[in-house]
Amino acid sequence: MKAGFGHVLDAITRVRGVHGAMLVAGEDGLVVAESLMEDIRGHAVAALAASLYQRFRRATQAAGVRRPEFLHLQAAGGSLLVVPALEGVLVVAVAAGDINVGLARLEMIRAAEAMG
Amino acid sequence: MTNTRAVEPWTLEPLRRFIEEAGARLALITTPTGQVVAQHGFSRAVDVMSAAALGAAIAASTAEINRMLAEPAFRALAHQGVRHGVYLASFDTPAGPLLALIVFGSDSSIGLVQLFFEELVRELVAAAPIPEPRPKAVLAADFERDLHESLAALFGR
Repeated sequence: MKAGFGHVLDAITRVRGVHGAMLVAGEDGLVVAESLMEDIRGHAVAALAASLYQRFRRATQAAGVRRPEFLHLQAAGGSLLVVPALEGVLVVAVAAGDINVGLARLEMIRAAEAMG
Repeated sequence: MTNTRAVEPWTLEPLRRFIEEAGARLALITTPTGQVVAQHGFSRAVDVMSAAALGAAIAASTAEINRMLAEPAFRALAHQGVRHGVYLASFDTPAGPLLALIVFGSDSSIGLVQLFFEELVRELVAAAPIPEPRPKAVLAADFERDLHESLAALFGR
């Protein structure tokens, strides 16, 4: 884990079913901090999750409903969760399909607030 | 319609895939001395020549600074502007070392470019032919002829 922001991710990774959490620079798609299981390609998830978030942000802004506050992408083998924090940073989590999404979302929002 | 062209045919498909996946606007693959191997997005030969020369010069000067600092060889530089980002990286292939100059806009990101650049390098390394050794002196006349042939291949003239 990269030093500095690592403690922000601890509460997220303690949620049962979370395989890893990251702080990602939203505009650049680069990893700011990460706490991931070994088989997860952090920089790939960061780049693609940030790209996904930016596209959804454009869509919601075009629709006049401002930025997305929570993205939950349910895949066949798990979930990708994204919450925006301050200064364009994204809180990203990779989780199992049967995760308690509400609890994970709560911890991600707390992490985003702790960034401020 | 795609406007990706290559002097070396084995670079074409990997570069096309990279452009599509990374969302890059301009791409230029050259040798470290600035000889063009492939390009995407350039419409004028003079722009290709300028970009190739500038990319090679930046790579060479950065490599020299690295040498003075006893750092490993030059690998990559990234510059994020207001509307565009620039990514310049060197990599080795069986056919010799190459430079890539990538320009991307707000519809992409440095993270995406870096991610798919790794795949581009893997594909180019796999596709590159191993050249047969043929010692040859580089002459000014040869260089100019090669340059004109490259530009003709890239712009169909």
